[in-house]
Amino acid sequence: MALAFSPEANDQIDAILKRYPTRLAALIPVLFVAQRTFGYLSSEAMELVAARLDLPPAQVISTATFYTMFNKKPVGRYHVQVCKNISCYLRGADEVTSCLSEKLGVRPGGTTPDGAFTLEEVECLAACGRAPVVQVNEQYHEWQTRESAAALVAELREKAGAKGGGV
Amino acid sequence: MAAVTTYDHLLRDKHGKDYRDLAVYRAAGGYRAVLKAKELGPEAVVGEMKKASVRGRGGAGFPAGIKWGFVPKDTDKPKYLVVNGDEGEPGTFKDNYFLSHDPHRLLEGCIICSHALGIETCYIYIRGEFFQQIATVERAIADCYKAGILGANSMGTGKRMDIHVHSGAGAYICGEETALLESLEGKPGQPRLKPPFPAVVGAFGCPTVINNVETLSTVPLIIEHGADWFLGLGVERDGGSRIVGVSGHVKRPGLFEVGVGANMKDIIYELAGGILEDRALKAVIPGGSSCPIMTPDEIDVPMTVDAVRDAGSMLGTCGIIVIAEGTCLVRCLQRISHFYAHESCGQCTPCREGTGWLARIVDDIEAGRGRQEDLDMLLNIADQIGGNTICALGDAAALPVLSFVKKFRADFQAHVDHKGCPHDQPLPGWTRP
Repeated sequence: MALAFSPEANDQIDAILKRYPTRLAALIPVLFVAQRTFGYLSSEAMELVAARLDLPPAQVISTATFYTMFNKKPVGRYHVQVCKNISCYLRGADEVTSCLSEKLGVRPGGTTPDGAFTLEEVECLAACGRAPVVQVNEQYHEWQTRESAAALVAELREKAGAKGGGV
Repeated sequence: MAAVTTYDHLLRDKHGKDYRDLAVYRAAGGYRAVLKAKELGPEAVVGEMKKASVRGRGGAGFPAGIKWGFVPKDTDKPKYLVVNGDEGEPGTFKDNYFLSHDPHRLLEGCIICSHALGIETCYIYIRGEFFQQIATVERAIADCYKAGILGANSMGTGKRMDIHVHSGAGAYICGEETALLESLEGKPGQPRLKPPFPAVVGAFGCPTVINNVETLSTVPLIIEHGADWFLGLGVERDGGSRIVGVSGHVKRPGLFEVGVGANMKDIIYELAGGILEDRALKAVIPGGSSCPIMTPDEIDVPMTVDAVRDAGSMLGTCGIIVIAEGTCLVRCLQRISHFYAHESCGQCTPCREGTGWLARIVDDIEAGRGRQEDLDMLLNIADQIGGNTICALGDAAALPVLSFVKKFRADFQAHVDHKGCPHDQPLPGWTRP
């Protein structure tokens, strides 16, 4: 089935276009709309964005592939991202990653077989004063330790289960 | 030890008030500086900014008032204000405070700047990971439109003023001002050659002012209290108070507002509580991860752009990273070098190839595969990257390598001699607050 934007998404895109003097400038915000709508940016999703903004598909792909927040393949419903940079490292980020990896049963970069969790190590999240930091979807979890990371996984599992995730 | 004076002009988190709420912000005097600026007139506002000697808070330290002065007065093109909220330099977390807790301060600074320079449209570029902060700023903007602070007749000045948030999408390089403009325009964030400078050819080919979040957030204070007052908080040619962030191996990591020129050592030991487990200090990175590392005997220095430069490093963003004795500096450099390799935009060969090369050699040294000649090879490669690229990311990758290897060569030598990492002491422990 061909992908399509919902009427709400189309309204959002119209509002975005009004903010800029060029259509190209709307590309990054519209890619976010597409990612929220379809879960990740497949080739079809990028082609849809290109058609909607009347831009060459190559231009859309060029921008989409430059930025790390655009997922070119599906990620888990909970995208667990641990900062591995210097300030978080100094306060034990590696311990947090290894705990999350054990509890989730995946290595960094991996997704659980049920599609509930993706674990990833990422670069600085600009919350160094409360390191180590873990970002889950749109939420920061600061001051993480082995213990708090284990509790975080348990809490997310419960939520995933409640949504019928079967974790 | 001298007592470090802290302020609550910018960092107002101890006030117990929710300044995100427009009514609360206004009750504390908010948005009055816009009207005062209108009375002063555009030229006087720019004059106050110059007199206040605000060095840009984003890391480069360029005087903000002078930057404002570069924007042409007579032009047929629209002019833009672009706010750099792409906070991403490891060890830096100060703009996060304004975006999370005091968004109206930033908006007020944007309005004053725009009115003074004849700008009607402002884009606030915020790093994409800051979902909550973006929502907070967007709510503040919506409240301003409802209150007539933004819109067709901004605060009754007869001037149109629009502010939009533009989300980044995960690229450190977009903190570089011309890469940020490319990103704002929808393109990959690859820095532009300068000149032309953004003040002449910036966003969408038009004259553009780009300032950091903290820089613009100081503007209402300067207009409200006057340039002399602001300048007096700091030192000559580097005025005001600013927010330093301390992270790493200290007992009380966090943000502190101090006058420009406060002593770095006192900030670490007094405000941030000293070193975890009362260990000895091994090293300090003073202003975000790209700044050359400093030894303990180099940190008794006032935090000004010039003084830290004279001490052989850079003030950068004032994001101080503290490293305790017992920490392996090869591992620390590994984190930093991989970061710059990951974030290189790929445009310039020395940076694209060199940053990865550096990271792989540091990996080899840490893993015990390092050869004696690798130490000088690191210095050689770093030397050839620095100064040979369009933007400063090449230097940002080279400076840590140069300073780590030169100042802490024994750490690197020990890895080569032991054919592996000789450090087995655990990182210092801390208790969750």
